[in-house]
Amino acid sequence: MSVSNDQMIEMLRTMTRIRQFETRVQEFFAAGKIPGFVHLYIGEEAVATGACGTLGATDYITSTHRGHGHLIAKGGDLKLMMAEIFGRRTGYCKGKGGSMHIAAVELGILGANGIVGGGGPIANGAALAAKYRGTDQVVVCFFGDGASNQGTTQEALNLASAWKLPVVFVNENNGYGISCPTCKSMAVADIADRAAAYDIPGVVVDGNDVLAVYEAVAEAVKRARAGAGPSLIECKTYRWRGHFEGDACVYRDDQELADWVKKDPLQRFENKLLADGLLDAAKVESIRQEVARELDAAVAFAEQSPLPEAAEVLEDVYA
Amino acid sequence: MAKKTYLQALNEALDQEMERDPAVFILGEDVGQFGGCFGVTQGLFAKYGEARVKDTPITESAIVGAATGAAAAGLRPVCEIMFVDFIGVALDQLFNQAAKMRYMFGGKAKIPMVLRAPQGAGIGAAAQHSQSLEAWFMHVPGLKVAIPSTPYDAKGLLIAAIRDDNPVVFLEHKLLYGIEGEVPDQPYTVEFGKAAVVREGADVTLVATAKMVHTALDAAAQLAEMGISAEVIDPRTLLPLDTATMVSSVKKTHGLVIVHEAVKFAGAGAEIAAQVAEQAFDYLDAPIVRVAAPFTPVPFSVPLENAFIPNAADIVEAVKRMRG
Repeated sequence: MSVSNDQMIEMLRTMTRIRQFETRVQEFFAAGKIPGFVHLYIGEEAVATGACGTLGATDYITSTHRGHGHLIAKGGDLKLMMAEIFGRRTGYCKGKGGSMHIAAVELGILGANGIVGGGGPIANGAALAAKYRGTDQVVVCFFGDGASNQGTTQEALNLASAWKLPVVFVNENNGYGISCPTCKSMAVADIADRAAAYDIPGVVVDGNDVLAVYEAVAEAVKRARAGAGPSLIECKTYRWRGHFEGDACVYRDDQELADWVKKDPLQRFENKLLADGLLDAAKVESIRQEVARELDAAVAFAEQSPLPEAAEVLEDVYA
Repeated sequence: MAKKTYLQALNEALDQEMERDPAVFILGEDVGQFGGCFGVTQGLFAKYGEARVKDTPITESAIVGAATGAAAAGLRPVCEIMFVDFIGVALDQLFNQAAKMRYMFGGKAKIPMVLRAPQGAGIGAAAQHSQSLEAWFMHVPGLKVAIPSTPYDAKGLLIAAIRDDNPVVFLEHKLLYGIEGEVPDQPYTVEFGKAAVVREGADVTLVATAKMVHTALDAAAQLAEMGISAEVIDPRTLLPLDTATMVSSVKKTHGLVIVHEAVKFAGAGAEIAAQVAEQAFDYLDAPIVRVAAPFTPVPFSVPLENAFIPNAADIVEAVKRMRG
């Protein structure tokens, strides 16, 4: 799979967007400006960016509780996302969903999801619709290492393989299901090994290498579009923040985090593009500044947007 | 008008909607060549083929999730859960996903799916194949719940359910599949949220659902012989719930007995009783009475199962006691 220079620069921009978006959310949450709780994606940017980089506008994704990165990579509007996280009526869900339920069906985003393992069966349904209509749409189902143990995920993998549905199951293995390390929650070292149970390709990739993710998912997307069925791509990565903001992370040591910070997927990709001469330091800085201005606008939009009226609680239950 | 069974009426509804709208398709366990565990989808596989009548693995979450995702992507799936008791396996996909997507997404998704499931006791199928779980679904904003008692309503409500843009839980009583009634050949809908007054009366109101509608009609016939005129109301859908028809009946009869086969405690009857009490307390001459199953799992052995299922004598007794 060859990736054009423009695509690579666009990927860098997407990763920068995700990093800066999450950093802003972190700050505003700490400042008490965001209600509820948030799960940040910092450190995992390469997975969403590489996977969604293979998709077109009409393809679908299902996301997770840690979904901001997926949504941004699939084209989510930063203003509408930020407004939703701030609980404003101008947000993607009119303030009814919040961080864990942002969706944009018109962009093929079938929702972040508050239930671990909730997305797999739904991804199959969207893929079934594509197959039923004879379109070449594919669905990327993002799910974590924790979700990989859920019955819903295994049921979904089985049905997708039995029906050869155009789904790419993209596993984000960040090493922990909340506080529980994967070595305690599963006996296999590689979640991708589970693909063998469904006779589908199972691939392990470095989830901090955006091009590796892109290549593996692109191959799986090609296979899915050709009618050959689903694949399981396991992306090994790490979340820099806790499971949720405020998590004291007593279950992991500082050294482990420091080791992974050294493997920063964003810095790594920047370094690669600089080394390959695709851009120079000034260009990197200008991307950062452009994204910072987008984020300034998104935050201003969110902060200036009205909160929902109490009467709106009754709207949108039924079509 | 032709006489058809409840099962034929359901089958005809599916057939006519599939004929009318290519977005309608069926999925579930053994719904294909086998024709469904109780035969509701018989003949549809031969007519519409594997792409539109899809046999699934025995994985209820995968079934309900596939229906939910396909509906979110614009199709109109009708999924079958072989016995309503199996919904527990798939509950997250129904009540956290399908039911809530529209609201969570700020009104920007439509989930036009139907989940058909047989329920009810009376065939010796015991605790995991005989429950009546309508109250579970009534407690979930975003769902609709239909519970037909006649072949006519079965067809009209199912067509309405398929055309509805919301997830509808469609509960069929397995002992009603064989009953016959007048069913028009043409497609038609029965509006959700409109109760049927199936027998008019002046002295007491009996609100009953599913098979209990027929039991209540038997009781009403016995009460008539005693000089008591009972009005029998079938809500037909429990969500939305047509309380107006019940309230206006109670204003006339001044007495209410609610009958259902689900366990009495926290059943649909509790909601109906509360709403009628809230809206028509001053018209009631006596406390509202519920006739429903005891708070036990459904037992297996015939005398035990018979003791579990409410019967006409129970209703007659309740009415007599109420009237002092």
